[in-house]
Amino acid sequence: MTASAEASAREGSSVRGRALADAARSGDRRALARLLTQIEDRTSAAEAALRILYPLAGKAHLVGVTGAPGAGKSTLVASLVGEARAGGRPVAVLAIDPSSPITGGAILGDRVRMQAYAGDRDVFIRSMASRGHVGGLATSTVAAAAVLDACGFPLIFIETVGTGQSEVAVAAIADTTLVVQAPEMGDEVQAIKAGLLEVADIVVVNKADRPGADRAASHLRAMLTVGAQHDRALGDRPRPKRPDVLLASGMAGTGVSEILAALDRREAKHGAGSREQADGTRLARAEAQLAGILAERLHQQLWDPERAAATEAVLRAVADHELDPYAAADQLLVSVAKGGRDGPTSAT
Amino acid sequence: MLARGLRDEGFEVVYTGLRQTPEMVVSAALQEDVDVVGLSILSGAHMTLLPRIVDGLRAQGMDDVLVTAGGIIPDVDIPVLREAGVDRVFGPGTTIRQVADYIRENARPHENG
Repeated sequence: MTASAEASAREGSSVRGRALADAARSGDRRALARLLTQIEDRTSAAEAALRILYPLAGKAHLVGVTGAPGAGKSTLVASLVGEARAGGRPVAVLAIDPSSPITGGAILGDRVRMQAYAGDRDVFIRSMASRGHVGGLATSTVAAAAVLDACGFPLIFIETVGTGQSEVAVAAIADTTLVVQAPEMGDEVQAIKAGLLEVADIVVVNKADRPGADRAASHLRAMLTVGAQHDRALGDRPRPKRPDVLLASGMAGTGVSEILAALDRREAKHGAGSREQADGTRLARAEAQLAGILAERLHQQLWDPERAAATEAVLRAVADHELDPYAAADQLLVSVAKGGRDGPTSAT
Repeated sequence: MLARGLRDEGFEVVYTGLRQTPEMVVSAALQEDVDVVGLSILSGAHMTLLPRIVDGLRAQGMDDVLVTAGGIIPDVDIPVLREAGVDRVFGPGTTIRQVADYIRENARPHENG
């Protein structure tokens, strides 16, 4: 493509991005869906749309929902959606599933439990594959949530499988993080190992109709109380959160209104009106987003056709242990900053 | 099994479960902005359900979505379904590779950049 053709293609996708943003804002659900695809594909149309929508976002309550496979996250989220709809609130769900690291494919199965809302235009459910992008999953997720936020969804659930570090990271960028556990799974120890309890604002012991649910809940509460006593000993050092523990059954619908009420209380306390603790979350979210975009921009620059050979040469030098990776990183950064396209300079 | 096979072929497959109404299929296709709708029908109701799904997709402006079907569909019904807007009917014995190749050749392309 010639430079001018490239420029006009970029202009075209900006126009399309802005058009999608306007249509999505005005309630066009198809435009909203297409825009989310652009965000997933990380196109320049998505970038143009976000420039319009980001300033309009920041009002919604982002609720991360995570937990081990089989804990009943999707069923619980479906019940929470129903509860919120009963109160007349529009709700959106971003359901994130892992991509295969080998083939890039993914099976996204969270809709199965949420199909009952098919006729309700104020429920928007979108599945996303984690895809393993440069810059991490957090960037696309925050961007997708910002789009839904700007399009008038005041409550957005972000559901992830709590098994990997990136899923925990996504849970952590939410305003409120809900960790779902099932009794009988020996989950308590697993949850501590995975660092899940540390990011939780609310722990839900799901499947409360099963034997052992009460015991699991009191076990968790006891553990968290011990933790709370230890907090004083930690002094000024960073400390894990001390979440509330609630019992619920997503299947039977019990305890669901209590969870929504707890979410609303947190929103009232830490939401758009007040700051403090919420500030930390917002900053963490902004940082995750910026770090992702910076990594992506850097990646683009390094593999720009005119620079790719030089980047490749540096990579090769590191692979062959001729250049240490720190020096290599500094070299690449300097080269990008200067706009130069030098090959690897030998270590001095 | 098909979902698993297509995942291994590198596709992102949104699985919606069994016994979906046409309205549920259309709504999922719209919100997920899918490139392909794959329908499996064993109930014998394909002559009523498939055209309703195609019409529903068109009504939402999703003309460029590929609609495919499989399951138990007699050969005599295939021309009628094609006429109704079903792009491809896969018969028994179709391999996952055949489905994957068909989708790769016929689904709308994604833009890059």
